[in-house]
Amino acid sequence: MTLDPFMLYALSAGLLAAWLAAPLGVFVVWQRQAYFGETLAHSALLGIGLGLILQIHLTLAILLISFLIVISLHQLRQSALLATDTLLGILAHGSLALGLVVISLQDNIQLDIMGYLFGDILSVHREDLYWMLGLGLLLLMFFYRNWHDLLNLTLNTELAQVEGIKVKALQLQMTLLLALVIAVAMKIVGILLITSLLILPAATARRLANTPEQMLGYTFFTASFSVATGLILSYYLDLPSGPAIVVSAMALFLVLLLKPKKA
Amino acid sequence: MNPNQTSASANLTTDLLISAHQIQHRFGENQVLQDIDFQIHRNQIITLIGPNGAGKSTLVKILLKILKPTQGQVTHHQNLVIGFMPQKIQIDPTLPLTVKRFLQLGLKKAEHNTTQIETIAQELQIASHLNQAVQSLSGGEMQRVLLARALIRNPDLLVLDEPVQGIDLQSQSQIYQLIHEQQQKRQCGVLMISHDLHLVMKHTDEVICLNQHVCCSGTVQSLRDHPSFIAQFGTDLPEHALYQHHHDHCKHG
Repeated sequence: MTLDPFMLYALSAGLLAAWLAAPLGVFVVWQRQAYFGETLAHSALLGIGLGLILQIHLTLAILLISFLIVISLHQLRQSALLATDTLLGILAHGSLALGLVVISLQDNIQLDIMGYLFGDILSVHREDLYWMLGLGLLLLMFFYRNWHDLLNLTLNTELAQVEGIKVKALQLQMTLLLALVIAVAMKIVGILLITSLLILPAATARRLANTPEQMLGYTFFTASFSVATGLILSYYLDLPSGPAIVVSAMALFLVLLLKPKKA
Repeated sequence: MNPNQTSASANLTTDLLISAHQIQHRFGENQVLQDIDFQIHRNQIITLIGPNGAGKSTLVKILLKILKPTQGQVTHHQNLVIGFMPQKIQIDPTLPLTVKRFLQLGLKKAEHNTTQIETIAQELQIASHLNQAVQSLSGGEMQRVLLARALIRNPDLLVLDEPVQGIDLQSQSQIYQLIHEQQQKRQCGVLMISHDLHLVMKHTDEVICLNQHVCCSGTVQSLRDHPSFIAQFGTDLPEHALYQHHHDHCKHG
């Protein structure tokens, strides 16, 4: 079996995206933040709309909107008398709809909205790969330095604070990193499917792991497997690449459900 | 100045672990705490009681410097090490974590010390659970593990938020016994929250009754007959609870 150079390009982009998502994904699962991740992902479309209007770099615009979402969530939690999942639902879909409206208002720009929503691995450029590599280094540093503290704040934020961990700062840094990963991985699976790249490999890895570190290791493994099989399937069967990756991640998850759960 | 006096006052300041002055706190429009002065010293056991919504947890968060009060000052002793036992801890079952690792995470990164963990596990009778998943523990076992985690940093002050809530009577007295033993051994200060008087540990030096402000404070014995205490709790608690406590006290005393 030979792969043409284009396929190699797509594969490296896909694998990089999956590896960036892996360490954040395990924490999203452990901290029950799946819906929060989803909200950040949905709001990224508003970021794109804003970036196009203001003519600023799209990644920067996505970061700005994510920051705005975090602040709005904080404010609404204190004043709106609504449960967090309701607020997240409002913010997620409100910002997605607003993003679609803002983008459609700009009739001088021809934009492939489907590509943003479901991913378009053909649109990945060399520049995107550099972004991913840079972000990868940043994530490596962040998680290497803060792994112990991040586990503690996952266990209990108050206990972590008493033990001297800067909980708020770490949470904010992690949120911004999550927004960055969403911004760069969006082209591969799209903003509607990106949450699955965060949570599916981690959820699958839970079946195999006995320690947090093992779970991270298996997450890298299951994510890589899903990306590789998804892309190969999409290449030979002419399937959309984003959904193909998610479907193969889902299939691996289902297969491993047959395996008895570890402690 | 008299040298004796200097050393006595120096001693006093080093023994003072936390002092809080004129604390007030509001959540939005809601005044939850007002005019609170508080001090805790080494080797002192203080229990904070009060009805639900009295502001006990809020006050403890302020004393721990987790929460910044609307007004007032909290001062910690220099290099104060606090062992904290939160009221409830919910660990998602997707996090693969043994009891041993849970305790290790309480240590500073550099000082992973297995013997220390094993010693404390022996003392708190959780040694047989060390390799078990932390989510699989019963309520009483989890409380002992949380106590072990609070103790593992050799704290100067132990802060316990409702340490016996939601566990059976036998485990309750066992936990109080363990807290007392550890306090005796380490000579640390203990600040405990309880929501009713018959769950106050019998070795408590001082009970502070809180309902947004300090309505009264003193020894367990002196509080029982305090008019403002009866005004606070006389109607909230069934009367036999007070008598039951009295009975308890006599039996142990």
